[in-house]
Amino acid sequence: MPISLDPQMMRAIIMDHYEKPRNKRTPHDDRYQMMHIDSPNCIDDINVFLLEENGVISDCAFDGIACTISTASTDIMTELVIGKNVQDALYIIEQYQKMIHEQPFDDTVLDEAIVFINTHRQAARIKCATIGWDALKELLDHDHKHEK
Amino acid sequence: MKKIDPYLIRDDFPMFKNKVMMQGKPLIFLDNASTTFKPYAVEKAVNAYLQYETANSHRGDYDLCYNVDVKIDEARATLAKFINAEKREIVFTSGTSMSINLIAYGYGTKYLTKDDEILITQAEHASNVLPWFKVGEMTGCKINYIPLNEDGKLVPENLRKVISKKTKIIAVAHVTNVLGFIVDIKEITKIAHQYGAIVVCDGAQSVPHMPTDVKDLDVDFLSFSGHKMVGPTGIGVLYGKYGLLEKTAPFMTGGGMNAKFDMCGDVTYLQPPSKFEAGTQNIEGIYGLKAATDYLMSLGMENIRRYEDELRTYAIEKLKKNERVILYNEKAESGIITFNIKGVFAQDEATYLNSQGIACRSGQHCAKVLLDYLGEVATVRASLYFYNTKEDIDAFVSALEKGGDFLDAYFA
Repeated sequence: MPISLDPQMMRAIIMDHYEKPRNKRTPHDDRYQMMHIDSPNCIDDINVFLLEENGVISDCAFDGIACTISTASTDIMTELVIGKNVQDALYIIEQYQKMIHEQPFDDTVLDEAIVFINTHRQAARIKCATIGWDALKELLDHDHKHEK
Repeated sequence: MKKIDPYLIRDDFPMFKNKVMMQGKPLIFLDNASTTFKPYAVEKAVNAYLQYETANSHRGDYDLCYNVDVKIDEARATLAKFINAEKREIVFTSGTSMSINLIAYGYGTKYLTKDDEILITQAEHASNVLPWFKVGEMTGCKINYIPLNEDGKLVPENLRKVISKKTKIIAVAHVTNVLGFIVDIKEITKIAHQYGAIVVCDGAQSVPHMPTDVKDLDVDFLSFSGHKMVGPTGIGVLYGKYGLLEKTAPFMTGGGMNAKFDMCGDVTYLQPPSKFEAGTQNIEGIYGLKAATDYLMSLGMENIRRYEDELRTYAIEKLKKNERVILYNEKAESGIITFNIKGVFAQDEATYLNSQGIACRSGQHCAKVLLDYLGEVATVRASLYFYNTKEDIDAFVSALEKGGDFLDAYFA
């Protein structure tokens, strides 16, 4: 997806994921790992769920209280990582974090997540745009360490 | 009676004189319940200590030290006058949180037992809730809630319904930080004393904005913070009736608070307020707080209250014309305005306001209150002070009217 995406479209993508999140739900299944994450500086308070089978993310979801930015960014993340193996998912998360922090990044793997490229303009919202991603990274890292 | 002229007042404040911008726009500061700007007079007082008068207190062997002791004593006298207390009833702390913790640990854990009860409300700030939970944990006493009325306000008749002989402490804010209602503390205190309970009043949101007379209110303890009343951060006050301060154990021990001690462990503490001021105090903070207090008294607290009331009425009238604005505390009497924009998450609205150079605060504040009384998980809070102008309100109201799409903040 090109970075020259126009603001109207970026806006539409964020609102679409906020109003109709694809993976905002709590799976009632013991096989899922869960990470609770919140921030003392904002309202976001969510759980991120991960189902990993044979090194592949077969499902990812989230639930809780979240603003537009955190809902849309986390929802887009779940769509991006479902079906990917752990290494690829970690790579996507790394590229997203780089984008948010204004470092060079690989835009070929971020797809719709590119809409958050301007987050630095509202620095107070960086946490909102990364909260779900941080939680998933933690889950995947934790998992990875266990395997070693 | 003198009338507040915010345009003249702004010349006293570097944050206005320096034309501070936010997001490339002139800053409109409507987060005064959180903290406040400091006048030049405060800066000057702090600098005087740092540049010409640096020395420790209580070490009066040379002139500089003696001068610091004199200045601290003057500051205590100024603060005492400000709330109509006695000088020896003014304890310097780091702020409201420390003041409340001092009472919770020094009085609460010392005197309460498992059969006792502490009453608070669901509208209290965390700093007036969590220290009492600690007292509960440590003594086994119960923490119970005085029910709020349908507006989310604490009214004395609701205290009458729940108070009993078991009630030992009532810890409530004079003005609540989310909904901004002014509580009838005088009546609360009267009822409390009939049952032998003491009232620990959180004055963080009231003392900076209205006249406070501890003798008239008859509160037993009162806490407030310097930085919410144009003073420096990290300095505040605990007022306590002298007899109660004598009964309260020191929260911290160390230098400056003991009269003598020996190797056998026999220790004699100084009398209040020194008993509670262990270690070197925030001396420049005390200088700054005195200057802030002098500044507020020169304006007059009743003038400040009236001006904020006028400004609030002006804001509410304008906000009510915007159909997208949901007001949660129209009836409140303080400068706190709590609202949401229909269909917009509170934090997103605050981000939009930031993009317009307007500082407001979004928050869950206290989830329980909001859910029970407002039916909302989060709200936006605009809070006024005497240096805000009608133009500030106009810009705020107009931003809310235009602010159809908060995501503009992302793409502008």
